[in-house]
Amino acid sequence: MAVIKKKGGKEVPPISTASLPDVIFMILFFFMVSTTMREVDLLVIFKAPEATEVQKMEKKSLVSYIYIGPPTLAQQAKWGTSPRIQLNDSYRSAAEIGEFIASERDKLDEADRNSMTTCIKADRDTKMGIITDVKQELRRANALKISYAAAKSQGY
Amino acid sequence: MAINKKKTPEVNAGSMADIAFLLLIFFLVATTMNVDSGINRTLPPWVDEEQQDAPPIKERNILKVFVSAYDQLMVQGEQIHISELKDKAKEFMLNPYDDPNLPEKEVVENDILGSHVVSKGVISLKADRSTTYNTYVMVQNELSRAFNEIRDELSIEKFGKPVAELTDDQRKAVNEAIKLSISEAEPRDLGAK
Repeated sequence: MAVIKKKGGKEVPPISTASLPDVIFMILFFFMVSTTMREVDLLVIFKAPEATEVQKMEKKSLVSYIYIGPPTLAQQAKWGTSPRIQLNDSYRSAAEIGEFIASERDKLDEADRNSMTTCIKADRDTKMGIITDVKQELRRANALKISYAAAKSQGY
Repeated sequence: MAINKKKTPEVNAGSMADIAFLLLIFFLVATTMNVDSGINRTLPPWVDEEQQDAPPIKERNILKVFVSAYDQLMVQGEQIHISELKDKAKEFMLNPYDDPNLPEKEVVENDILGSHVVSKGVISLKADRSTTYNTYVMVQNELSRAFNEIRDELSIEKFGKPVAELTDDQRKAVNEAIKLSISEAEPRDLGAK
């Protein structure tokens, strides 16, 4: 620029941005590898309990999720605040779990069906009653491998 | 020829960064970072109410754990704090002094482990319908901890290193030898809040 030229005399060479795409692509690949697709929109408030002996979920494709907790603030006007069960993208009753498990099982290969795991993601303040109902339905649907979602902590 | 002398124009890569940014932002929004973790359990298979005549288990082989509607913990009829549960469960499963009131044990031969002791103890976990889930998970966690410590002890005795450092076959053998014998009874509906 004219002003700079007058003052400094020498022009500063422009910073090359040729490697910027490469840098961004690197970050992009990092995110693609280390994250997973968000599958459902949460309709329940869910704060996982904490535990020390947690194990990581092995194969994501074999896991189906059941969310249990009070409806989110946006849904509370319609649904109240008592805990609800969310399957896929809507609130369901415990009786519909059998159907849900059957459809999840149909998505898997024949060989993988026995290792299907159901992950119960329940809010920490939920009462056991609703969770027991879910567990009974899972037993009835013969989905016996379950996992209680919990965050890793250092203990009490 | 005239065509040969013409240079192919360079592709303008100036917008590459913008495209990459766009993709990056899409992935940032559409994906989640958290790795799911949890406490794994296996539910008992469904049985019809009519044919519920399970073989009777001896009184000494059962550790009754009950979590009340007010999140108190009761083990064998005594109220205890959750910090005591792990040691109780461990003592019950190991029965170190061959107490006649604690579970029976038997020696089992195994290809990988050699001979080792297997307890016949079963932990029966009952929770009220009004127990909070957090307490229930904490109790499950303590029971898992007890079993993991027992497995570690066996592993150190047999292989000289904890379970985490064993090969897959060895780990499988240890997990097979000390089964997670937690039985979850149907919940009671007492003292509903």
